[in-house]
Amino acid sequence: MQHPSSRVIQGKITLPYQWAMGETNTRFFEELRQGRIMGTRCATCGRVMVPARKFCSRCFRDAEEWVQVSDQGTLRSWVLVNFAYEGQPKEPPYIIGVIDLDGSDSGLAHFVGGLEDYDLEQVSQRVRIGMRVAAVWREAREGNIFDIEYFRPLG
Amino acid sequence: MPRAVAIIGTGQTRCGKRADVSYPELVREAVQAAFLDAGIGPEEVQAVVTGSMPPPMEGVNGPHLYWADALAAAGRALVRVATCGSTGVSVAHAAFYHVASGLFDVVLAVGAQKMYEGQPQGTMATVADPFFQRPFLAGAPGIFALQCNEYIHRYGLSEERLREAAALISVRNHRDALDNPYAHIKMEISVSDVLSSRVIAYPVRLLDVCPSSDGACAVIFASQDAARRLSPCPVWVKGVGYCGEEHFFADTPKVPWESATNSARHAYRMAGIVDPFRELDLAEIYNPFTFQELLVYECFGFCEPGKGCELVEKKAVERGGALPCTPSGGVLCTNPIGATGLQRVAEVALQIQGKAGDHQIDGVRTGLAHAMGGMDQFNGVMILCKEM
Repeated sequence: MQHPSSRVIQGKITLPYQWAMGETNTRFFEELRQGRIMGTRCATCGRVMVPARKFCSRCFRDAEEWVQVSDQGTLRSWVLVNFAYEGQPKEPPYIIGVIDLDGSDSGLAHFVGGLEDYDLEQVSQRVRIGMRVAAVWREAREGNIFDIEYFRPLG
Repeated sequence: MPRAVAIIGTGQTRCGKRADVSYPELVREAVQAAFLDAGIGPEEVQAVVTGSMPPPMEGVNGPHLYWADALAAAGRALVRVATCGSTGVSVAHAAFYHVASGLFDVVLAVGAQKMYEGQPQGTMATVADPFFQRPFLAGAPGIFALQCNEYIHRYGLSEERLREAAALISVRNHRDALDNPYAHIKMEISVSDVLSSRVIAYPVRLLDVCPSSDGACAVIFASQDAARRLSPCPVWVKGVGYCGEEHFFADTPKVPWESATNSARHAYRMAGIVDPFRELDLAEIYNPFTFQELLVYECFGFCEPGKGCELVEKKAVERGGALPCTPSGGVLCTNPIGATGLQRVAEVALQIQGKAGDHQIDGVRTGLAHAMGGMDQFNGVMILCKEM
């Protein structure tokens, strides 16, 4: 709605950042580049956290034991993203899932892909909670979360 | 022991696209309305608590600095509180803490948002760490749709039944918003309108989701002595509860929702509430997504886990039902995020004072106000009562 007595001006704030990862995240992504998904186990409560954490947020103790988990798992939940926003990682529609990887006690958020089509009919037939999924690895890996391209439905 | 604390005035702006006013002018509109309602001026106020969403949404990186004049904050203590969606309830809690501590007698709480001026979803996608979760956040619809889908499948209920109950929640809120002069979206809709509306983030459709709004809300909190001196109709804060969860949103299941359950449990214990469904006369639930309202009924103990649909089907949560929920039209019809949680508090206070106008519920003595936010991460509850 235009207001004749209140002007609206256009502007933009663009600011560069540089984010230090810390040693644990750096090692996690180096392992990912090698094709391994790593977690750390809390010696107190025993849970395996993926991605690897420096400490357990529940016990508040350092988590020093590194363990490799499977690149396959079970889909805990999913969403078909069908709207656009500033800074979006890819063109909608696409699917985001929470995946419980075998050997991990925490879920991992990532894309679910490999479908021929992303219309609602197709998606609701192919994607369901509890289904098995497997990581599809990128050929040229760079040491970031996109070294896994997406998780594909198995079977 | 904390001191007794009362609400002695509330003020809300008309919400929607408010290009007619600058951001501070919008804030002042709510503050001025709260002063008028309380029948006091800024000279009575000793501290100001304020909040909004992360500043990139607003494009002014110190909103409380920019708003200072509109808050009458010069010469007074001022803090900014920000917990994403739950900001409004956090602002109310922090104002309560100020007075309950004995350090301040009258405190002004203000929440505001101008969502039309920035990029709300783009901002919300950047509340997560830049390494792991950010690409998979997809703003509020993405994160809450994941929870909705988890809810749909958690109890083995039919998806059709849940979608229908969620649609009824949308229809009810849209109908109620017609009677709220401050509400943003004012239109009558049907169940089939909801079920056939465009998919935003499946299973969430356009009419399952709140709008983006400009708006502000102000609430004045006072000590027992100040409330008795200044107000003919104080509303007493009987309980507060707030609970957070971990940063990695996939670390825990979100159904049932631990932080929602625990925030209510803490507030009930403080207020001496044992059976909320019978003891509460009203609940202003933070409901930006229809499915979430069903889940929150269960977490708040209004019904057993997995039975949220039944409350809707039996019309128990409508006006005239056993426990009316969001008779203001809720977040589903009005969502200036930084103000939204505080609007829940203001609406419960209005209902207890008998000042809710066309959406007044008869005989409200005890009510619950709620807000949630972050990546399914925070929940806050405040219980208000007519009696001290």
